[in-house]
Amino acid sequence: MSSTPKASERPTNPFQMPSTAHHVIRQFSNALCIAFAVLTAAFAIIVLLYLIIYITLQGLPFLNLSFFTELPGAFGSSGGGIGEAIQGTLILVGLASVIGIPLGLFTAIYLSEFGTGWFSQAVRFMVDVLNGIPTIIFGLFAWVLIVIPTHGFSALSGGVALGIIMIPIVARTAEDVLRLVPQELREASLALGATQSRTILQVVIPAATSGIVTGIVLAMARVAGETAPLLMTAFGSTFWFTGVMQPVDALPLRIFVFTDSPYPVQINQAYAGSVVLVVLILLTSFAVRWATGGFKRRF
Amino acid sequence: MSIQVYHLNAWYGRKQALYDIQMTIPFRSVTALIGPSGCGKSTFVRCINRMHEELPNAHAEGEVLIENTNIYASAINPIAVRRHIGMVFQQPNPLPHYSIWENVAIGARLNGLASGKALNEIVERSLREAALWNEVKDRLTLSAAALSGGQQQRLCIARALAIAPKVLLMDEPCSALDPISTMQVEELIMKLKHEYTVVVVTHNMQQAGRIADTTAFFLHGKLIEMGETKQIFSHPQRRETEDYITGRFS
Repeated sequence: MSSTPKASERPTNPFQMPSTAHHVIRQFSNALCIAFAVLTAAFAIIVLLYLIIYITLQGLPFLNLSFFTELPGAFGSSGGGIGEAIQGTLILVGLASVIGIPLGLFTAIYLSEFGTGWFSQAVRFMVDVLNGIPTIIFGLFAWVLIVIPTHGFSALSGGVALGIIMIPIVARTAEDVLRLVPQELREASLALGATQSRTILQVVIPAATSGIVTGIVLAMARVAGETAPLLMTAFGSTFWFTGVMQPVDALPLRIFVFTDSPYPVQINQAYAGSVVLVVLILLTSFAVRWATGGFKRRF
Repeated sequence: MSIQVYHLNAWYGRKQALYDIQMTIPFRSVTALIGPSGCGKSTFVRCINRMHEELPNAHAEGEVLIENTNIYASAINPIAVRRHIGMVFQQPNPLPHYSIWENVAIGARLNGLASGKALNEIVERSLREAALWNEVKDRLTLSAAALSGGQQQRLCIARALAIAPKVLLMDEPCSALDPISTMQVEELIMKLKHEYTVVVVTHNMQQAGRIADTTAFFLHGKLIEMGETKQIFSHPQRRETEDYITGRFS
C-alpha cells in the first residue's frame, strides 16, 4: 500500500477546531453560558433546601402527638397544639374543592372542547387575569359576598374565597392536559356515532385523568397555604370546628398568629406548624402522583 | 346496494377541497381511492360518514345515497349516520383506557344493539372477522394499549365491524403498519368484501392493485377517472392517471 504522505502533503484535519481568536471566544462564551445556567439552577435548589432544612431544624423538636391533637395553649405557656388549625385547613380546602374543582373543570372542558371564536378567547384571557389577581382581593370579594350579609366570619366564606382562587388554576392545567389528548381518540368515538358530550365523558376525560388530578392537587396545595384571603373570611379561631357559619382556624393563620407573638414558645410552635403545612402539601403531591402513575403519559 | 354520490363539494373554510364529485361505489367489493397527497381522497372518504364536518370550519354539500337515503338530507342526523358506517383511521386509535373487549363493545353499546350474552357474541364475532380472536381471546380484559400496532389496527377494524356497518371506510389503514401487519390487514380487507362494501384510501398503488376491485383516481380535488382496477392500471383513459401511475409525478 502507499506510504504515509509527508506532513506538508497531508490534508489538515477537517474535524479540528481552528484556534483563531474568534473560535476561542466562541468556546469560552459557550462554557460561560453553561456555567451560568448550572449556577442559577443550583441557587434555586439551594434556597429551597435551605428553607426546608431551616424550618425542619427549628420546628421538628417541638413536634409531638399533642401538637397535632390539642388546641393552642395560652400565649407564653408551653404545651398545646394546632389540632384545630389542621382540622380547619382540611375543611377549608374541602369547601374550596367543592366550588373550585367543578367550575374549573367545566371551564377547561369548554375551552378545550368547544371553545372557538372570540368568546373562548375572552374566557381564556379572563382566566389568566384571575390567575394573576392578588389573592387578598378574593378574600375581600368573599367578605362582601358572605361575611357582611351574614354578619360574621365563617368557614363558608373562607372556602368560597379559596374556591375562587382554585378555579383558574384547575381550569388552565386541565385545559392543557385535555388538549394533549390526541385528536384521533376523539375521532374514534365520533366515528362510532357518539355525541360530543359522550365523547368528552367517556373518552377525553378518562384519557386525561392523571393530568387533571395533578392539576387539582396543585390547586389544593396552593390554596392550603393561602393566608391573606382567610384573614377577613375564616378569621381564625382557637376552638374546634363548630359549623360552616362559624369562624375556623387554618394552618397558615395559626402560623401567622404565632409568629406575631412575643413569646419564644409560640415562635417555635410557628416553625413546627410550618413543618406540618409543608409536609402536608408535599405528602399530598407525592400521594397523588404515585396514585396516578406519576407524570407518565399513556400516549 | 351501491353507494351513489352526486355533486359532492367540500370545503375547509373558504378553500374548496372537493369539486363536484360523481361516483358509484359498488356493493360488497373493495374500492380504492388513489392520488397524490392533498388530492382530496381522505376528504372524500370522510364525507361518506359525515366526519368531514367535525373538523373546524369544514363543510360539505351534495348528495350521498346509502341504501337510497341521502345522508346529506336536512332531516338526517350525522350522529345516526355514523352509527351505521364503520371507519378505520390511518393511525390505529383504540381507546387506551378501555380493555380489548370494551373497545369492540363500545360501538354496539352506543347503538344499543345488544347487551349481556348477545354483546359477548358480537364482540367475539367481530374479533373473529378481524382475524384477531385467536391472538386476544385469553386477554380480553387487558388494556388495548398493550397490543402491537398491527393488532391495534385489527382491533379498530373489529370495533368498526361490531356496529354491523353498511359501509366500511378505511383511511390509509396500513400506512402506519409494518409489512407483515400490512399483509394481514390486506388479506382481511379481501375477506371482508364478501360481507361489506369497503372503501380504502391508499397512497400505495401496489396496494390498490392487490386488493381493490375498483379504483378511483383523484387529483386536485376532482375525480379524474374511475374503473376496474386492472383497466385503470393497464389502460388508463386519462393522461393524468397515466402520468400518476407510471410515476411521472407524485
